[in-house]
Amino acid sequence: MDRQAYSQLEQQITPKPPLAVNLVKAFVTGGIICAIGQGIMYFYMYFFDFTERTAGNPTVATMIFIAMLLTGFGKYKRIAQFGGAGSAVPVTGFGNAMISAAIEHRTEGYVLGVGGNMFKLAGSVIVFGVFSAFIVALIKTILVKFGVVGW
Amino acid sequence: MTASFLIAFVVGGLICVIGQLLFDVAKLSPGHTLCLLVVSGAVLDGFGLYEPLIDFAGAGATIPITSFGNSLTHGALQEAEKHGLVGVITGMFEVTSSGISAAILFGFIASLLFRSKGRP
Repeated sequence: MDRQAYSQLEQQITPKPPLAVNLVKAFVTGGIICAIGQGIMYFYMYFFDFTERTAGNPTVATMIFIAMLLTGFGKYKRIAQFGGAGSAVPVTGFGNAMISAAIEHRTEGYVLGVGGNMFKLAGSVIVFGVFSAFIVALIKTILVKFGVVGW
Repeated sequence: MTASFLIAFVVGGLICVIGQLLFDVAKLSPGHTLCLLVVSGAVLDGFGLYEPLIDFAGAGATIPITSFGNSLTHGALQEAEKHGLVGVITGMFEVTSSGISAAILFGFIASLLFRSKGRP
């Protein structure tokens, strides 16, 4: 059997991922995480003097704290297996990527292992976020300077 | 109040569905998907479209990673409004500092508290 026929056969036999099921799982998992976030946001709005716009920041920090506990006790892996993108897209997934890298590389020492590898997975998100935000903000600032658009 | 939980659930869920579509249909790796979502959040804020979504959906818009891109652009634009082009650099992490500092802090604490399971 030549290579092409093999790859064709492989594609036929490989079970296709049930797309609809995955989408529903991602929707429910992501939705639940965001609803929990909404609850934490109300907590910060009622018990501390945060407004609807500023409550997002402490909420994100709290969600990452919860992600730390779930990752540490090995529960986040199970949520990720069920939820797919539903667990990766919320900020808890970002936290999980950093925290699990930190835990995993601890055996290599705190400076080279934990410090050096913490951003291994999450770093690309920060790099591309900062770079795109820079470009967008630069373009908008220049456009405002020339009076094309307003703030 | 119940309605706001429902809206957060639906909007947050839909953003995750977009992520899952990028996984399954576009065959992107999780890393590429998250980068794409962050970039789109940053671009959406450039057009002033992400803040209205936060006003509408609350945590449904602030918890997904798209809001990270949004708050990076938002901080940069806020400072640029005050100080001009220099503000684009100085303001970048102004709004979003909590997410990154929390992730670094709790990541380090976790490495002190927990041991890696699985591999010896």
